[in-house]
Amino acid sequence: MTTLTDKDKAIVKALWGKISKSADAIGADALGRMLTVYPQTKTYFSHWPDLSPGSGPVKAHGKKVMSGVALAVSKIDDITSGLLELSELHAFKLRVDPANFKILSHCILVVIANLYPKDFNPESHASLDKFLASLSLALSDKYR
Amino acid sequence: MVEWTDQERNIISGIFSNLDYDDIGPKALVRCLIVYPWTQRYFGTFGNLSNADAIKTNPNIAAHGIKVLHGLDRALKNMDNIKATYAELSVLHSEKLHVDPDNFKLLADCLTIVVAAKLGNAFTPDMQAAFQKFLAVVVSALGMQYH
Repeated sequence: MTTLTDKDKAIVKALWGKISKSADAIGADALGRMLTVYPQTKTYFSHWPDLSPGSGPVKAHGKKVMSGVALAVSKIDDITSGLLELSELHAFKLRVDPANFKILSHCILVVIANLYPKDFNPESHASLDKFLASLSLALSDKYR
Repeated sequence: MVEWTDQERNIISGIFSNLDYDDIGPKALVRCLIVYPWTQRYFGTFGNLSNADAIKTNPNIAAHGIKVLHGLDRALKNMDNIKATYAELSVLHSEKLHVDPDNFKLLADCLTIVVAAKLGNAFTPDMQAAFQKFLAVVVSALGMQYH
């Protein structure tokens, strides 16, 4: 669906430059929202003692997720190759239904809009949405 | 029938009673047209949509955004029967406007993001959950009469 144009890449890198210092907080908040707003996603975390927003496991995992986003930004010219290992992890070990990538992407966008309302204008939103879609596609690349 | 907790009802009415429709309506529709450009297909008679700035300053789009947002008032007033409330509007969107119902979800997502940008810290996960549940019910009702 998505080819990132040079403009998209520039916008994503610039936006990431602004928000990356809050990456851990963004990840924790996005994950917490996902678990609250889309309770079906909790099925993947039945092994956690605490699934509430702001809990230890949620914070730690949010940080992990955002490091994956950071990786994708650094490999933005070839996200599919860049995320190969993560794709294999999600395909063979985690087996997360790819529909959930869209859900988490939406929550990430909500958090960024919430924390950076001025920077997250419609153009940035469009490019970031495309980027997260590319990321999600790369993540599901090895599924079948 | 959809069940609403008292907390959900309070959250939803709270969000709307503090909403500046004239600001949020246009912002949500503008964002939808820019982020999901294929949605522009329904606005061929609205004037200049050739670039983001044109869309942002288009008065017809702004007016329409306000209209659409006020359309949600019906659901607010009839939370226990949203499906019936939107039957007529569903027929309109299907038979007359020919809008792909997937677009309702896209606009709902943009509205969520615009509200999140406006409310900042106040937009807690619980608020987001209630708001998105409300929008999901409306979206579903609007798609119900398609055949």
